[in-house]
Amino acid sequence: MPAMNMIQALNSAMDVLMERDPAVLVMGEDVGYFGGVFRCTEGLYEKYGAHRALDMPIAEGGIVATAIGMGVNGLRPVVEIQFADYIYPAFDQIVSELARLRHRSGGEYSAPVTIRTPCGGGIRGGQTHSQSPEGVFTHVCGLKTVMPSNPYDAKGLLISAIEDDDPVIFFEPKRIYNGPFDGDHHKAGQPWANYPQGEVPEGYYKVPLGKAAVVRPGSDVTILAYGTMVHVAAAAIETAGIDAELIDLRTLLPLDTETIAESVQKTGRCVVIHEATRTSGFGAELVAEVQESCFWHLKAPIERVTGWDTPYPHAFEWEYFPSQERIIDAIQRTLETD
Amino acid sequence: MTSPTHAGWQSKLYVPVASSRPDQPADFSKLDIPAAGACARPATDAAAEQTRDLAYGLVRVLDDNGQACGDWNPQLSPDQLRQGLKHMLAVRAYDERMFRMQRQGNLSFYMKCTGEEAVAVAQAMALESGDMLFPSYRQQGLLFVRGRPVLDMMCHCLSNSRDNIKGRQLPIMYSWKEGNFFTISGNLGTQISQSVGWAMASAYKGEDHVSAAWVGDGTMAAADVYHALHFASTYRAPALLNVVNNQWAISTPQSFACTGTTFAARAQGFSMPGIRVDGNDFLAVYAVTQWAAERARQGHGPTLIELYTYRVASHSTSDNPDAYRGKDEAAQWPLGDPLERLKAHLIAIGEWDDAQHAAVEAELKAEMTANWKEAIKYGSLEEGPHWPVSAMFEDVFKEMPGHLRKQRQDLGV
Ligand SMILES: Cc1ncc(C[n+]2csc(CCOP(=O)(O)OP(=O)(O)O)c2C)c(N)n1
Ligand SMILES: [Mg+2]
Repeated sequence: MPAMNMIQALNSAMDVLMERDPAVLVMGEDVGYFGGVFRCTEGLYEKYGAHRALDMPIAEGGIVATAIGMGVNGLRPVVEIQFADYIYPAFDQIVSELARLRHRSGGEYSAPVTIRTPCGGGIRGGQTHSQSPEGVFTHVCGLKTVMPSNPYDAKGLLISAIEDDDPVIFFEPKRIYNGPFDGDHHKAGQPWANYPQGEVPEGYYKVPLGKAAVVRPGSDVTILAYGTMVHVAAAAIETAGIDAELIDLRTLLPLDTETIAESVQKTGRCVVIHEATRTSGFGAELVAEVQESCFWHLKAPIERVTGWDTPYPHAFEWEYFPSQERIIDAIQRTLETD
Repeated sequence: MTSPTHAGWQSKLYVPVASSRPDQPADFSKLDIPAAGACARPATDAAAEQTRDLAYGLVRVLDDNGQACGDWNPQLSPDQLRQGLKHMLAVRAYDERMFRMQRQGNLSFYMKCTGEEAVAVAQAMALESGDMLFPSYRQQGLLFVRGRPVLDMMCHCLSNSRDNIKGRQLPIMYSWKEGNFFTISGNLGTQISQSVGWAMASAYKGEDHVSAAWVGDGTMAAADVYHALHFASTYRAPALLNVVNNQWAISTPQSFACTGTTFAARAQGFSMPGIRVDGNDFLAVYAVTQWAAERARQGHGPTLIELYTYRVASHSTSDNPDAYRGKDEAAQWPLGDPLERLKAHLIAIGEWDDAQHAAVEAELKAEMTANWKEAIKYGSLEEGPHWPVSAMFEDVFKEMPGHLRKQRQDLGV
């Protein structure tokens, strides 16, 4: 099986579907000739032409709006928003239009639009290249929300997302495009080629939406994470030598509540981790979900480890970014309680 | 998935093409470049319709022999001209130094304005110090004209203990209230409509200050730009709306933002003058800005200025333009280099020479080096010192609410 980093895996997903279905096209800023600022659409312009790797003006609202129109008229657009931090000009089109077309038209109209967007920090990008706004979108009815943590899942999930007839917001943690990141920025990163999840089939396969993955089985505490934080959590578990069960949510909405409940009912403890800001973040939803489904099994209060409620910093990136240390502290707190 | 399989679609969708790509030489031969002095200068109270030709023309003052021609010649003194040249040289020296420092790993990011120096420098010189600036990230020249110490700019870029914005933004996202220079946003286009609000407040208070905002050619696609045009026109806001058409938006050519017409022409639909000016011609940029500012101060409302120029360098330190445009394109750009053109003019009128020029260049280079050495004494992004970590929690609100105080305590700072 070929080794692919996450960029190549995402590229391969789009390539496979463009090959199969002429209704699939990719569109966005710098995605055509240049192949995207992170190179995710590289080669698609040469292979499928300028109209299927479609460069677009800098107007995210316009990009999503035209994708909706195309979707309504038989196409299957894959939009790239250059950075998740620049998705807000498209907010009205996503929230009031894309998410609700099917419902408000009594099922008559819908648009199978996928919106891919790089998210997250750890790259010295400052407040406009580092945000994790997933919780803003999980709060909207009618959107599926996905965030992969490795190349194999990225490709399989993106194929599922594009083929899904409902709109999907597909967040790509850019810090792990080239290799996993355990939170220690002093350490040289290893490429995905050195990891099993970097082995990606060349052809068509799917990872289903709405299914979490148990990354590491364990019995003492359940860790819920997604995106980059899956790797930081895994390293923290390793460092502290704790028998934790680590669950990579992969899809935030619809949420795999069964896998979560099964795990927490077994361990009786739960730590929720995300890079996004804390208040009203997706972690709050997870905590509520666990509380509802596992209350009588819980042995300790559920802990949250998140970014702080401040704009994403430039100088204090590593004080902001949920570290292994903060994760270990939270796990220890849940374990101390009987 | 329910989309039908449709073999054999023959696409009729039009997709714009670029001025050049790596495998295809630059060709600017179709650009219609009027002679210097060819455009007439209307009165500053002229009706918008009477300025129509300026939207399709190109105001130029400096000709190929370094002579200043026509009605738009702002008649600057030799001292003013030399000052303008020195500012542009300083911007270039600063950019060179900072770009190199980024390449050596001392800065997380940098953006040059090479080839576009006349835009910010001439425009800032034509405005009054009380006028409010809403720049994009490529108008560092404004800061030089307004007298911001280079040391402070460098300290910001280093996110160090002396960064006036406390290490909160990427390098070059300057903020400088003392100089009436608004805090730069990384989100394109958002500030041009805010600048109109500032100008409306100025009129509301009966003041004479005008606002000036800058967006790039690519950013002209943003909805905020049309909010700016509409509101400015509706309320006759004393606002200068500037489009820096440097032909590229990262890898996307200008043809995606404007085909078959000019950016300046868009103003006509809002009953506002739109003037296209040779952005590499210091005198023309100065004159058009002065005209628009005077018009705004007289109560005749906003002007859209399209500064026709070329982005000579990469978009930022994150891209290599050879991957998306012809290597020779910058060299082929028919409007030349703004520094060389002003220098040639000063020499032509007997107010400058090569030796003086070389001396200023050397002096500026040394000045940038000295400032850099001083700046890193206050810390760097990777090594510190920075502001105290607790500064991260400050200024989210004026008074820190309880939940943030708790988070700060949780972090132990
Ligand atoms: C809303 C938004 N979308 C996308 C971006 C990413 N981006 C940064 S600069 C840029 C190109 C801007 O081109 P232009 O307006 O021509 O200005 P120039 O860089 O040429 O000065 C893009 C797409 C952004 N900063 N903000
Ligand atoms: Mg541009």
